[in-house]
Amino acid sequence: MSEVLRAEHVTRVLPGEVPVTLVRDVSLTINRGEFVNIQGPSGSGKSSLLYLLGLLDVPSEGRIWLDGVDTSGFVEDQLAEVRLAKLGFVFQFHFLLGEFTVLDNVMLPMAKLGRLEPEAQRERAAGLLKELGLGEQLHKRPDQLSGGQRQRVAIARAMANEPLIILADEPTGNLDTASSRNVQQILSEVAHTRNKTIVAVTHDPEFARAGDRIIRIVDGRIESDG
Amino acid sequence: MPLGLRIALIHLTHRRRQTVMSLLGITLGVAFFMAVSALMRGSEADFIDRLIDAAPHITVSDEFRTPPEQPVVKSYAGGAIRLHGLKPQTDTRGIRGYKQKLPLLDAMPGVRVAPVLSGQAILTFAGKEQGVTLNGVLPELMGGVSDIEEKIVAGSLQALAADPNGIVFGRALAEKLFLDMGDNITVSSPVGQVRTMKIVGLFDTGTTAIDEGQAYVLLKRAQVLLGRPDRANRLIMQLDDPYAAREVAATIEERIGYRAQSWQEAQESLMSVLLIRNIIMYSVVSAILVVASFGVFNVISTVVMEKRRDIAILRSMGFHARDVRRIFLAQGVIIGLAGSAIGIAAGYGLMALLAVVKIQPPGISDVVNLPIYWGADQTALVVLVAVASAAGAAYFPARKAGRVHPIDILRGGMA
Repeated sequence: MSEVLRAEHVTRVLPGEVPVTLVRDVSLTINRGEFVNIQGPSGSGKSSLLYLLGLLDVPSEGRIWLDGVDTSGFVEDQLAEVRLAKLGFVFQFHFLLGEFTVLDNVMLPMAKLGRLEPEAQRERAAGLLKELGLGEQLHKRPDQLSGGQRQRVAIARAMANEPLIILADEPTGNLDTASSRNVQQILSEVAHTRNKTIVAVTHDPEFARAGDRIIRIVDGRIESDG
Repeated sequence: MPLGLRIALIHLTHRRRQTVMSLLGITLGVAFFMAVSALMRGSEADFIDRLIDAAPHITVSDEFRTPPEQPVVKSYAGGAIRLHGLKPQTDTRGIRGYKQKLPLLDAMPGVRVAPVLSGQAILTFAGKEQGVTLNGVLPELMGGVSDIEEKIVAGSLQALAADPNGIVFGRALAEKLFLDMGDNITVSSPVGQVRTMKIVGLFDTGTTAIDEGQAYVLLKRAQVLLGRPDRANRLIMQLDDPYAAREVAATIEERIGYRAQSWQEAQESLMSVLLIRNIIMYSVVSAILVVASFGVFNVISTVVMEKRRDIAILRSMGFHARDVRRIFLAQGVIIGLAGSAIGIAAGYGLMALLAVVKIQPPGISDVVNLPIYWGADQTALVVLVAVASAAGAAYFPARKAGRVHPIDILRGGMA
């Protein structure tokens, strides 16, 4: 399997009167098609590491390679371009735009990237939603859907631009058990049948077991990886 | 439609009440801006038109802007000469050789000229006396330089040519002295000349000062009455293009030496008053739009606060900070443009209403409609001010939106 994401001695310190170290000297490599779960106690730095790997935050020290490119010198606009083209995000709260329909929410990243014509964007978004069992909900607004359905829309949106990696921060943290298992199955399938890399932060042991690998973080450091 | 613009429109249409309120502010501001501007500029244009119609465009008077050089100064140019106690040559006042100057001026393109000798005189009838400005004119030339012939309500100015003892003055003055056409009146001048003259024409300009204070006689008769034979003290001119008066006056003055004053120069203080009035007017009406733009600021600030989660997800998805700024800036511009469009329609409605209002200005005997300026330049100006105000009001919340860091929101979950 080829390497898609690599972190080398990554440290993130929040500056201030009393600097806070969120992530401490983390090095890891993630391969294409891997389903990696990051676990750890609350406040251990799991989400902070995810934001660093997702280029939403920049390390105070260390480097992150994405698809073989060192992102350490990138300015904010370059990071945004990379996020748009190569990464997809799913958060604990769905963060769908309330005034847009389900279809429009999924089309949004494609419209921003502009790689496809509007009609092709519509077709792809509808196709993704149908695959995730939301074919009947295309023209509904997020507040007309259940929690599990909204999270599936968020997954479809994360997949819209064919990203290399989908980063998920507690994707089942707000869902009931049935919905959690459904989301877990979808992400697992995305990783294993579509050869997408999934990096997820989770507290859910069953969700973590569904992945290929569990990285355990304690006090901002990797305690175990395997 | 660009994505940012689409998001901006969706934000506005989903906050209909607030959007309508801020739109209403801009609409009213634009409508009042247009109505006030149309009224002020209309009255200004009307005033200038009256000035241009009523007074000569250029007046050459028997004065010099700078005193003529003394022969000794000319002979010893650059020499250390100082002259004390100079007394001007005693001479009959007036423009020397005005008859030779007339064809020279008349030959200039778009220029019509007539000589006038003006002076004070007293009209006496039945024990009543009335001081007037007596204007000695050549009736055949007056039509080209003055609209007085158009204001004649009885007789004519041309009748002066047929009757050298004829006089033309305002109907208001005639009524004041209980006179009518064909009546005789005594005219006395400051040099002691007294003549009995016959009323051959009456005019009504609508301006009391003119109707009761001006009288016209034949130039030759005025020269005798005022004791200035073969003189005119003014050459009055009308131009095809009144706004070229300043340049033409400068050329004339350079050629003939006598002071040539354009209507703009004569009314300089009045023109600067009009300019100051316009500055005040535009400041006040622009302030209305600036106040209205606070409504826009309020709406967009609220949208930014409420949409922090959306901004965070857009930023995490790959939208640049400038993309986010543009979304909110576009909302300001949309409100500005939409408010302008509705406001312009309402403004034209107000202007149409004002245009039918009738007034009688002081000093004018006619009832006239409120003068309204319909020029498109004020519409362009109001759109510019409205959109700039609305965009300016949107700028600060938009800048704040661009500074939202996704992690700050994502960490807080529902924050």
